[in-house]
Amino acid sequence: MTNLRAQTGPYFGDFGGRYVPESLIAALDELTEAYELAKIDPTFGEELAHLHATYTGRPSIITEVPRFAQHAGGARIILKREDLNHTGSHKINNVLGQALLARRIGKTRLIAETGAGQHGVATATAAALFGMECIVYMGEVDTQRQALNVARMRLLGAEVVPVTTGSRTLKDAINEALRDWVANVDNTHYLLGTVAGPHPFPQMVRDFHKIIGEEAREQVLALTGGLPDAVIACVGGGSNAIGIFHAFLDDAGVDLIGCEAAGRGIDTLEHAATLTRGRPGVLHGARSYMLQDADGQTMESHSISAGLDYPGVGPEHSWLKDLGRASYRPITDADAMSALRLLSQTEGIIPAIETAHGLAGALEVGRERGPNATLLINLSGRGDKDMQTAGEYFGILDGAS
Amino acid sequence: MSSQVNAVFEERREHGLLIGYLPLGFPTVDASVDAAVALVENGVDILEMGLPYSDPVMDGLVIQRATNTALEAGFRLSQTFDAVAAIRARVDAPVLVMTYFNPILQYGVDAFARDLAASGGAGLITPDLIPDEAKEWLGAAEAHDLDHVFLAAPSSSETRLSSATTNSRGFVYAVSTMGITGARNDVDSAARGVVSRLRDSGARNIGVGLGISTPEQVTEVLEYGDAAIVGSALVSALADGGAQAAGALASQLSAGKH
Ligand SMILES: Cc1ncc(COP(=O)(O)O)c(C=O)c1O
Repeated sequence: MTNLRAQTGPYFGDFGGRYVPESLIAALDELTEAYELAKIDPTFGEELAHLHATYTGRPSIITEVPRFAQHAGGARIILKREDLNHTGSHKINNVLGQALLARRIGKTRLIAETGAGQHGVATATAAALFGMECIVYMGEVDTQRQALNVARMRLLGAEVVPVTTGSRTLKDAINEALRDWVANVDNTHYLLGTVAGPHPFPQMVRDFHKIIGEEAREQVLALTGGLPDAVIACVGGGSNAIGIFHAFLDDAGVDLIGCEAAGRGIDTLEHAATLTRGRPGVLHGARSYMLQDADGQTMESHSISAGLDYPGVGPEHSWLKDLGRASYRPITDADAMSALRLLSQTEGIIPAIETAHGLAGALEVGRERGPNATLLINLSGRGDKDMQTAGEYFGILDGAS
Repeated sequence: MSSQVNAVFEERREHGLLIGYLPLGFPTVDASVDAAVALVENGVDILEMGLPYSDPVMDGLVIQRATNTALEAGFRLSQTFDAVAAIRARVDAPVLVMTYFNPILQYGVDAFARDLAASGGAGLITPDLIPDEAKEWLGAAEAHDLDHVFLAAPSSSETRLSSATTNSRGFVYAVSTMGITGARNDVDSAARGVVSRLRDSGARNIGVGLGISTPEQVTEVLEYGDAAIVGSALVSALADGGAQAAGALASQLSAGKH
């Protein structure tokens, strides 16, 4: 296991590929070629670095959280603060990269799917910045639980289309975005928001996020003089997790731990624990683990967090799981919500509910490993968008029951 | 080794063929079998039976609604084989199954091919499986002597059209327009272009689909294609007026043949 970092698509072991209608292949080929050229073009790298320095707010800082860590067996806990990025989550890293690429290949219209709304907000932001048209597909259920983000997208000038088919969540928003793309591929770039989908998305989106781990690895080394014992992140489609894992893939002593949404419990039918409970199949253009019934019909997932409420996962995670290089553990709604409150009250940092799954995982891992362990956690996003859900959950809204 | 579909193309090429799509299990399995039979009795030359799937990214609202209804009514993949056999027991037309890939993968690609062949099915049309990813399916199709129909799009490069041609058996499915299924007023001029480029790549049997809903469109498409494929319009007719209405539309569409 020495050169995992060098792995590229279309295949990650048995996973990945391009299981899409032929109509989309030309666009995927065009994108792949443009991306491969951009990767070796110093101008592209400079443009993106400039945007990150002057717009995103990179490098993001790390924050050590000793009061939170007291609840984690006394392990040393360090947060990578992607919540401080412009628009409030890691999603902007990928969005700016893809928007630059879209401009290079002459596309004037950006479409995106969104669950929590963070990716939609980031895409709407990039569209505003670059003067592009923007349509965001969002499951109707999610437009309700993330109403604030819907308003943000509209304010940024994007059109938000509520998706009323299927389970009305992220999976159906992706279907709708794919249908739009098939019909409008001439002028439209599908700005996919996670490391799922057909090649080149899993590789390209990973590459735009791997800056998270590259920065964090240097920062933790500078702070502690060593590498962390474990790197922990929440996993929906898997973009923030692969982003922080990637720099550590070939550091054999660093454990990589992804935290999936267990919803009401992995022994119920209401969870989104794809890697824990799913089996390999094809969904949204790639072969990967997924939640499905015996006939291969996709099952509906459940999570209190819209951004983790997805029955699939990126193919590179499936590969890392089968290789044994990363491990994945389920975190219930209840455990995530108590970790959210704990970080808020011990450190004054309100995380997104997605992110709180990683924090709950860190509490478990810290208790397992004890006080000598150092844990690095990707604080993928901030919780502002979740105040309605959290307020209702904890019964702390004025006028609420 | 012989393709039922190819034989029908050879026999009827001069007049042009009509291929009709309906989802299995809509509104029920038995009713979908009756409707399929009604299509053939009214001039449809080849049947394309769609398997309901939870995430049909190539399909517009009409087909999405129908396949959703079938799934909600409890359609199971294993019902495919009895349904195909029941159609074949009543009419002679070849029955191709149109399916997204994951259900086949989960059933077992070879097992599905074996059971489809045993039930008298002709082969598969695979809207989200391109030849590049189809090694296992092509092996199974060969082992069980089944047709394998791939799609060709207006956006496909010459290399890809030629791959669709060489990897398809039965016919090549020319997508008439850049989009998803659903009736359209104009069948795209792009269709003519794909068909002529497919001919250059050596394709002999070409079916043209997406958006065709009237006898006039059938006539127009058959000027350059060998078969016109009609889906959403037949599904709407079935939804509104049952097998009889679907049969009546098939009969009108069939009058568009040369
Ligand atoms: C803050 C935050 N973290 C994590 C996720 C989950 O996505 P991924 O697994 O791709 O990082 C989301 C998705 O919306 C998010 O908004």
